[in-house]
Amino acid sequence: MKPAPFAYTRPGSLAEALATLAGDPDAKVLAGGQSLVPLLSMRLAAPSALVDINGLPDLDGVTVTASGVRVAALARHADVLASAEAAAVQPLLAMALANVAHPTIRNRGTTVGSLVHADAAAEMPVVLSLLGGSVDAASTAGTRTIPAAELYVGPLQSSLRHDEVAVSAFFPALAPGAGVAFEEITRRQGDYALCGVAALVDGASVKVGYLSVSDVPTVVDLSGIPVEEMGEAALAHLEPADDIHATADYRAHLVRVLTTRVVRSAYDDARGRR
Amino acid sequence: MTEELHPVRLVVNETAYDIRVPARRLLSDALRQDLGLTGTHVGCEHGVCGACTILVDGKPMRSCLLFAVSAVGVEITTVEGLTNADGSLGPVQQAFAECHGLQCGFCTPGFLTTITAGLRDNPDPTHDEAREMIAGNLCRCTGYQNIVKAVERAAVLGAES
Repeated sequence: MKPAPFAYTRPGSLAEALATLAGDPDAKVLAGGQSLVPLLSMRLAAPSALVDINGLPDLDGVTVTASGVRVAALARHADVLASAEAAAVQPLLAMALANVAHPTIRNRGTTVGSLVHADAAAEMPVVLSLLGGSVDAASTAGTRTIPAAELYVGPLQSSLRHDEVAVSAFFPALAPGAGVAFEEITRRQGDYALCGVAALVDGASVKVGYLSVSDVPTVVDLSGIPVEEMGEAALAHLEPADDIHATADYRAHLVRVLTTRVVRSAYDDARGRR
Repeated sequence: MTEELHPVRLVVNETAYDIRVPARRLLSDALRQDLGLTGTHVGCEHGVCGACTILVDGKPMRSCLLFAVSAVGVEITTVEGLTNADGSLGPVQQAFAECHGLQCGFCTPGFLTTITAGLRDNPDPTHDEAREMIAGNLCRCTGYQNIVKAVERAAVLGAES
């Protein structure tokens, strides 16, 4: 349970970090490390080098405007969750963040790191996908914006290149009249969800995001379907699987039950905001 | 091949320690092996059990999910730093003793640090909040009931002091 040896740098500027990454295709970025360090300790990953971005200036902070919430690379989950301004502009953030692991993990783990770790069992990738957000990625070649729809390409695989640092993420604001809700079922509080559901409703438009029931974060447009049948319809786009924690059938059951429940809560949420 | 050693200054319980460690040295191992502060216990080593929880600038974090080289420029508090200035038990430690909040004691350092920070944020938790406060820590002996009582007792002791 100890990591394999790796080289280590703690750059003082983003330019230095990007140059190091550009020169070593096998290097990885270390931000919060709450997913990366277990992978290293279990030797599921053995990068040649870690580029520790925790010393970089100007990558802290949560910036809230009327158009949405921008989360910088070193903002911890706890920082985003603690921002009342962020919760006011996009309430789904706090609803989902309260389900991310335990407070102790949220104190160190970063929201942007979780997004580009691209775990389909994690909450924030689904939230970003459902809201149609984006991630800004910097490299020595410049900075590009990756829309959420182009970010998730496979299990634990994002379209972020090895020489890029995800410097921030943008979560769009909740539109006037729209509503959101989030719920997940776990064996124990703070564990990975057996199934999690996030919903965004706006008039007749119903979009629902799913975690832990597919290989990649998945959003399904369920507009026009009776609410009791939405879960069944969503299952056509999902692949709930058997594992030690739950059977595929049970996960499919949770999709049906949670979809109806969460879409109804999203409509309640929308009514409550009028 | 010898591994490169990195000079690191760790500030733990208000004392600065200068050590040289390989980059892969987990902070939990640095505390125990390089600093000799064996109060921090190492359980699962992948962030699940909570036994190695320490305070970083007052916030609970898993020391097994941090590298010592990355823990610079912060104030670390371990269980050794939770006693009162005169060496007597701090309120959370005292509450654990009074409520029989430990049996084998392996998980206890992680509970003590977590609850110390938890009560700082929420000095008067409800029963549910007390349970929530310790949800990220595993204990295989006590069944948690007495640990929850200890959280509530520590809140009373903290209010009295």
